Amino acid sequence: MRHYPTPRLWCVRIVLSLTLGLLLSGISQAEERFIILQSTTSTQNSGLFDAILPRFQTQTGIEVRVVAVGTGQALKNARNGDGDLLLVHAKPEEEAFVAEGWGVKRYDVMSNDFVIVGSADDPAGIAGMQEAGAVLRKIAQIQGAFISRGDESGTHKKERALWKIAAVDPLKASGTWYREAGAGMGATLNTAVGMRAYTLTDRGTWLSFRNKADYTILVEGDPKLFNQYGVILVNPAKHPHVKADLGQQFIDWLVGPEGQSLIAGYTIAGQPLFFPNAPGG
Amino acid sequence: MQDFGQAFTLAFQLIVSADPTLSEIILLSLRVSLSAVTIASVIGLSIGATVGILRFPGRGALIVFLNALMGLPPVVVGLLVYMTLSHAGPLGWLHLLYSPTAMIVAQTILVTPIIASLSRQVIEDLYREYREQFLSLGVPPKTAVAALLWDARYSLLTVALAGFGRAVAEVGAVIIVGGNIKHVTRVMTTAIALETSKGDLALALALGLILILIALSVNTTVSLLRLSASNSAYA
Amino acid sequence: MPSDLRPERVLTDAAQPLFPLNVHQLVYTAGTQRLIDGIDLALEQDSRTIIMGPNGAGKSLLLRLLHGLLTPTEGEIRWGETPRMDQARQRQALVFQRPVLLRRSVGANLRFALKLRRYTRAEREERLRHILELANLSHLVDRPARVLSQGEQQRVAIARALVLEPEVLLLDEPTVSLDPASVEVIEELILAAHRRGTKIILVTHDRGQARRLADEIVFLEQGRIVEHSPALQLFQQAGQPQGVAPTKHIPSPLEGEG
Repeated sequence: MRHYPTPRLWCVRIVLSLTLGLLLSGISQAEERFIILQSTTSTQNSGLFDAILPRFQTQTGIEVRVVAVGTGQALKNARNGDGDLLLVHAKPEEEAFVAEGWGVKRYDVMSNDFVIVGSADDPAGIAGMQEAGAVLRKIAQIQGAFISRGDESGTHKKERALWKIAAVDPLKASGTWYREAGAGMGATLNTAVGMRAYTLTDRGTWLSFRNKADYTILVEGDPKLFNQYGVILVNPAKHPHVKADLGQQFIDWLVGPEGQSLIAGYTIAGQPLFFPNAPGG
Repeated sequence: MQDFGQAFTLAFQLIVSADPTLSEIILLSLRVSLSAVTIASVIGLSIGATVGILRFPGRGALIVFLNALMGLPPVVVGLLVYMTLSHAGPLGWLHLLYSPTAMIVAQTILVTPIIASLSRQVIEDLYREYREQFLSLGVPPKTAVAALLWDARYSLLTVALAGFGRAVAEVGAVIIVGGNIKHVTRVMTTAIALETSKGDLALALALGLILILIALSVNTTVSLLRLSASNSAYA
Repeated sequence: MPSDLRPERVLTDAAQPLFPLNVHQLVYTAGTQRLIDGIDLALEQDSRTIIMGPNGAGKSLLLRLLHGLLTPTEGEIRWGETPRMDQARQRQALVFQRPVLLRRSVGANLRFALKLRRYTRAEREERLRHILELANLSHLVDRPARVLSQGEQQRVAIARALVLEPEVLLLDEPTVSLDPASVEVIEELILAAHRRGTKIILVTHDRGQARRLADEIVFLEQGRIVEHSPALQLFQQAGQPQGVAPTKHIPSPLEGEG
């Protein structure tokens, strides 16, 4: 046996024990009581989860881990089984998700509305207009800068529906006055403010957004700007590892009186961000 | 912009108040990135020493490949790790997605090529200097590798630091595989991304300043270590 | 043989003698250049052999070839009856012109070499203590080797070579640009090693050194041996080795093509 200098030995030992310890610590994490909720950036950025989830955890001991991505990605992740629940805002896609068997059942949870925001100088002169389709048509006419989410999110899907009503195909102008950010709601708002462009946002994100500069809500109130959120349990028949019991417990709480009143009670500067509208709540 | 001044004040307040949420985020950042660098060092140094010392066909191509991998976009790594660890992916049964372990895996993949590539250069240079002497003394290969690693330890520590810098600063990979879940997988960079998207630029920048402080203190610690060592047995 | 440093050698093939060294038609080429151009040489164990010659004559190359650090393009090197160069090399030590020291303390440099042989810890420490004393390095044992002066570094390198008790000590211009005190210590170390039975093969430019150390001198020019004689004979003939140069057509290093 040769005797190697001792420093090498302890180096090796430290590295090995560190590695082992870390791997074990990662594995032990998988045993806690938690569920993963695939949700949207708009909901997360609004601060709603921070306001209501701690209460649920205190009551039930269940931790809700929120992964905030665009609605499109959230649906895709849930299809892959990377989540127990889905809380998004794109009703047709949600219904398709359930119809294809990926989800158990869809529950209405709450609603708010979309608004069109822009700078104070409002080059297209849309402030105060009532009809969203007409607004977009006007922006297209003067080729006013408009930032789209461009990320298959619920907001993006809503925006495209509105362009259809306006009978304008903005994609022909993509890269000129119509710009697709490919980003979350907050990042898109930052971009819009930076470029002095109009954009469509949900009211919740807008109210909690801190970098408004001289931006204000220019258009609101059109029933077509209605924004419905739904919650769905991922189907354990498709993904057996889904924690159906814990997930259903959360859904029952969220659409029940307690969750609904917490949603109603969440305000910023006295303004409610979401309006609970679960049938049973 | 008044955000800069506000950010400095806010950063100071956050540090002084020892905000528990912030400490949690900082500790997780350190834990994830230091673990990734430790694992990447074990793998990267093995590769670096092998490629630095041995001559074999395809070695030049391998070096070019390793150098290219240093520029791996974090988002791509995040996506690959997500697809692997997703429940629908090949390693889904491990249930590692949205855990710190998944973030460590992603950062390890990001950092390993950096450590392999840079340590290859360090070890190759040192080996060029030692080669004839080792051959003359009849140093067996295993002892030679150990001696090279030990004698290059401070240069290699700098290499590991470069890896740490990359790991602790990246956001693209950890946000995909970690999910930026509060109290679970939220680290400095994903918190900065989140605050930016909330439009709270001052808070985001304050977190950024703290991130710079962390990187600075890790670097300073290593520099001091190196300095004290060069005063004793190393030159 | 003085017993102070003589170890019980633990070498697998110690029985096979290293001498005489026979070099036959040795050629070493780099590209189209024949840097060593057909050398025949026979060396015995007892003598101190000094290799001299102008820059680029191939002195260092020859030393490396003899030590087995380079493989000959043509020809053959035979160390006695030892069949393989790596076996022969294990019983030799080479001291380079620029000492290659590990980034560690003086003591750690020597221990590194000692650990390559099967000595017990007590034997290692005893040898270490002894050689440091001989090389006048005892007070530097814990100093980082690479912050020492050039002369001290070269003494460490020679101490590391000698601590393994090599049967052959090869040295490549070991005292170039060193202070006189270090040169003296190093030459004494070489002579002491020779007294203990170590074969000395030394490359030098320094005629004074050659005169002090040489039993025999090999003159190299353009990769060939142009003179191989006992030192006594050479120095008596002309007082200085270059005295033979005109008759043997050996140019001084400064003269270029002869």
